[in-house]
Amino acid sequence: MNVWQFMAQNHTEVLELTLEHLWLVGASTVLAVLIGIPLGIAITRWPSLNKPVLGSANIIQTIPSLALFGFLLPAPWIGARADRLAILALTLYALLPLIRNTYTGIKGVDPAVVEAGRGMGMTDRQLLWQVELPLALAVIVAGVRVATVLSVGLATIAAAIGAGGLGEYIFRGLAMVNNQLILAGAIPAAALAISADVGLGWLEKRLSPH
Amino acid sequence: MNDSARAVEFRNVSYRLDDGHALIHGLNLEVLRGETLVLLGRSGSGKTTTLKLINHLLRASEGEVRVDGRSTREWNVIRLRRMIGYVIQEVGLFPHFTVERNIGLVPQIEQWPSDRIRQRVQELLQLVGLDKELASRYPRELSGGQRQRVGVARALAADPPILLMDEPFGALDPITRAELQREFLALQRRLQKTVVFVTHDLREALLFGTRIALMEAGHLVTVGAPDEFVNSTEPLVTAYVDAFGTDFNYNKKRGRS
Ligand SMILES: Nc1ncnc2c1ncn2[C@@H]1O[C@H](COP(=O)(O)OP(=O)(O)OP(=O)(O)O)[C@@H](O)[C@H]1O
Ligand SMILES: [Mg+2]
Repeated sequence: MNVWQFMAQNHTEVLELTLEHLWLVGASTVLAVLIGIPLGIAITRWPSLNKPVLGSANIIQTIPSLALFGFLLPAPWIGARADRLAILALTLYALLPLIRNTYTGIKGVDPAVVEAGRGMGMTDRQLLWQVELPLALAVIVAGVRVATVLSVGLATIAAAIGAGGLGEYIFRGLAMVNNQLILAGAIPAAALAISADVGLGWLEKRLSPH
Repeated sequence: MNDSARAVEFRNVSYRLDDGHALIHGLNLEVLRGETLVLLGRSGSGKTTTLKLINHLLRASEGEVRVDGRSTREWNVIRLRRMIGYVIQEVGLFPHFTVERNIGLVPQIEQWPSDRIRQRVQELLQLVGLDKELASRYPRELSGGQRQRVGVARALAADPPILLMDEPFGALDPITRAELQREFLALQRRLQKTVVFVTHDLREALLFGTRIALMEAGHLVTVGAPDEFVNSTEPLVTAYVDAFGTDFNYNKKRGRS
C-alpha cells in the first residue's frame, strides 16, 4: 500500500489531523500578530525598549522546541491541556519575525514622508495609522508569512506532547519505522506550508507600496 | 516694532546636535507679516535646519523661536504646525495616497466636511496649474515638476498664514523652473502670505525676496532688501553674488554689469 492509498483510506483521520494542525498554527499566529505588532510599534516609539524586546524574542527562538514545551508544562491553566501548551509555544516562536518586521517596516518608511506628515501637524497616532502602518504593511505581512511557515513546521513537534496535528503520523511512523506513515503526515504539512507561503506571498506583493 | 508685525522671530538661537556640534550659531532674524524672506546660502549652510526650527521639527538648543509672538516651546505643536504650510525639500508626497488625498490631508485631519475638501482640492489644482484629471493619480504617476506643484498645493491646502518653502523648485529643468517661478510670483502677490523661502539660487532669491538673508556655515551673514543685498560690500555676499556673474536687473554699483 503506498502513501496515497493510505491517505485515501484514512481520509477522515487525515482531515481531522490537518484541522488540528491548522488550529494550532492559526490560533498561535493570530495571538502572535496581536502581541508582536504592538510590540514592534512600541519599540519604534521607545527606542530604549528595542534591545530588551528584540533580545528576548531572539533568545526564545534559540530554545529547542521540545525543551520549550517542557518548560511550559508546569504553567497553570496552560499546562492543563496539550493544545494550549502547543499554541503558547508556537506563539512565542512566531513573535520574533513579527516584532522584527513591524519594526524594520516602520523604520524603513521614507523619512521625507514621515517628516512631511509631522511637519503638516499630524499627531503621532495619525502618522502611525495613516502613514507608517500602511507603508510598512507589506513588510509586516512578510513577517506573518515567515512566522506562519515556521509554525506549520514546528507544530508537527507538538504531537510529541499530545497536542495532535499532523505530527501524530510522523511520530507514529518514526516509532513503527514506517515511511508511508511519516509521509502521510509530512505531505499535508508541506502542502499547508507551501499554500501559506504562496498565499501570504501574494498578499505581500499586492500590499507593496507603489 | 511690536510683536504683531512679526510673524516669526529668532532670538539668539543656536541649534546643537547631541554631540554638542552646532549647526546654527546665535541666529537673530525676524520675518515680518506678509513678506517673503529668502534664506539664501550654499549647500550645508543651515537653511533647512533654520526652517525646521520654525515649525518645531527641531528644538532650539539656546535662545527661542517665536511665532506670532509666542515661543514655539509654548505652542501646542500640532496647532503650530497646522497654521504653517511646509513644502519640504524632498517633496515627500505620501506614495500610497492619490494626489487628491495628498493635497487634502490637512483639511482632512482638521475634519473639514468631505465635499468642502473636494472643492478645495479642485481650487488648489487650478491654482498651481495642474489638470483636474491628475486628482486621482498616485505620486509615482507624476513627473517631477508635477510632484513639486502638488507639494506646494498641499502646503496651501488649509490656507495657513505662514508658508515655509524649502527649495520648492529644485531639481527642475530651467524652463519648467522659470514657469513655476512665474506662477508662484503671481500667487504670492495674490495670497499675501508670510513666506520663508529657501534657495541657493541668487536669481530666485532676487525674484521672490522682500528681503534676502545669506547664511554661511550656520551663521547669518547679512539680511537686507534685494538691492541692498547685491550692492553689499560684505565679502561673503560679494563672493556669492560674483559666483552668479551677470546682471540681475539691479544697478550693481561695483562696476561689473
Ligand atoms: N541630523 C543631522 N546630523 C548631523 N549633521 C546634520 C544633521 N542635519 C543636518 N546636518 C548638517 O548640518 C548642516 C546644515 O544642514 P542643512 O540641511 O540645514 O543645510 P542646507 O543649507 O539646507 O543645505 P542644502 O542646500 O544642501 O539643502 C550640514 O552640514 C549638514 O550636514
Ligand atoms: Mg536643505
